[in-house]
Amino acid sequence: MPTLSNDMMRAIIMDHSTNPSFKHEPVGDGYDKVHMHSDNCIDDIDVFLKIEGDKVVDACFTGRACAISTSSTDIMCSLIIDKSKEEALHIIDQYNKMIHEEDYDEEVLDEALAFQNTSKQAARIRCATIGWTAAQEMIKKD
Amino acid sequence: MINVKKIRKDFPMLKGKMQGHNLIYFDNASTTFKPQCVIDESSRYYQKVNANSHRGDYDLCYNMDQELWHAREVVAGFVNCEPREVVFTAGTSMSINMVAWGYGLKNLKAGDEILISESEHASNVLPWTKLVELTGAVVKKIPLDKEGRITLANVKKVISDKTKVVSLASVGNVLGHLIDVKGIAALAHEHGAVIHIDGAQSVPHMKTDFKDLDIDFLSFSGHKMCGPTGVGVLVGKYDLLDKMDPLLAGGGMNEKYDLCGAVEYLTPPSKFEAGTLNLAGILGLAKAIEYLESIGMDEINDYVIDLKKYCVEKLKDLDNVIVYNPHSECGIVTFNVKDVFSQDEATYLNSCGIAVRSGEHCAKTLNEFLKTPATCRASFYFYNTKEEIDQFVEVLKNGGNFLDAYFK
Repeated sequence: MPTLSNDMMRAIIMDHSTNPSFKHEPVGDGYDKVHMHSDNCIDDIDVFLKIEGDKVVDACFTGRACAISTSSTDIMCSLIIDKSKEEALHIIDQYNKMIHEEDYDEEVLDEALAFQNTSKQAARIRCATIGWTAAQEMIKKD
Repeated sequence: MINVKKIRKDFPMLKGKMQGHNLIYFDNASTTFKPQCVIDESSRYYQKVNANSHRGDYDLCYNMDQELWHAREVVAGFVNCEPREVVFTAGTSMSINMVAWGYGLKNLKAGDEILISESEHASNVLPWTKLVELTGAVVKKIPLDKEGRITLANVKKVISDKTKVVSLASVGNVLGHLIDVKGIAALAHEHGAVIHIDGAQSVPHMKTDFKDLDIDFLSFSGHKMCGPTGVGVLVGKYDLLDKMDPLLAGGGMNEKYDLCGAVEYLTPPSKFEAGTLNLAGILGLAKAIEYLESIGMDEINDYVIDLKKYCVEKLKDLDNVIVYNPHSECGIVTFNVKDVFSQDEATYLNSCGIAVRSGEHCAKTLNEFLKTPATCRASFYFYNTKEEIDQFVEVLKNGGNFLDAYFK
């Protein structure tokens, strides 16, 4: 993926916060759910994952969250659907590294690269990772 | 007249920067900055006074007891009560819990009613909710008028002879309306109820006269009035304190106890002060009160209200900002930028060096009234300036572009 300009990153975050594709109730059965709540923000979301065998077959979320939580969780869903559990965990791991300003593999993060400046606003790190942490928890315990 | 330029030099934190900008601190309803004299006073405890209270035969302890009593006198003078009616606590939350458990649990039974309002802070909701579970008493909420005020007329609608406790913030922490404490206290007493006032937002800003208001209990925190964190006050009418149970039992509050389980407590206020007190905090609080009094409580209140009016007036020119409490008589401006979630806006303000609170402000039942999940809150104190407000308003003009926080 080419380096994203600031304008592109803004557009990605705005698009996924105002029109999230994966912010909806799960359709059908077989979903695991983790509730996430932030002490600092009033983010209050449920993240749903459907895992079949070794594969994440669906992901979605519901609830109330700020622009950063909503857009980052939406992009997370788009990135891990149809990935193996191992691939999904790798993506989440690389994302966390990026957020915490460590070396990371940008090849796997696609639109999630839009959050590379989150550490400028340290109080929002929790918001940018809340959905990702929920997914990681569900995949790891599956 | 407040000499804000001179006052600002007293506060080391005001020299600070945030995100590369001179810090503009507008979160005073959450906690206030401390003047150097308060910091020095708490430090003086550790360097020159350090002894426990009521627990020794040597000079240091005697001196400590004298200082502690002096601090009680300072607080008593500040809110016009007797020194023996001043109980030192960890803060407003602890003070309210003391009333809920010490008075409420002892005196309330199933069917009794506790009156609060729809706009109370969690610390004046949850102790009563818990008390309800244990006693079968009922919490009733005074409805707000369309501006969010608690009016005497609305109190009359819900108060009855079943009401045993009325507990209200004299200034709400979100909208900041001042209630008619004296009128509501008289009404509560007519119905045989006691009244507790949460003064966390009012005591730091205006003269409070415990005796004249004729209230039964008053709670407030040191850290919201230039004092140290971890120290607060419960003021109670002495005869009520005398009949109340202590929330904490332990050392320093009992007269005697024996192997058979017989216990005699000390008299108030010692009865409520089990364990070692936050002595450095208490001395710092007394110093903070002396500092506020040297400026003048009326001057502080007038100045802060003027700042709020100035801010509201300037924000009127901005089409993108909604103010929820333009008319409340306090230093709080509760607002949102249209189509921006409050947290995102607060982050943008942070990126411009401006500290505001966002979210539900621990008053989760109020948002239904405001019809918004969350708000931003700018709250002023006497060290803030109109120039800071000008800058704040200027920044809010661009408030819709909140992602600037990450991409500037």
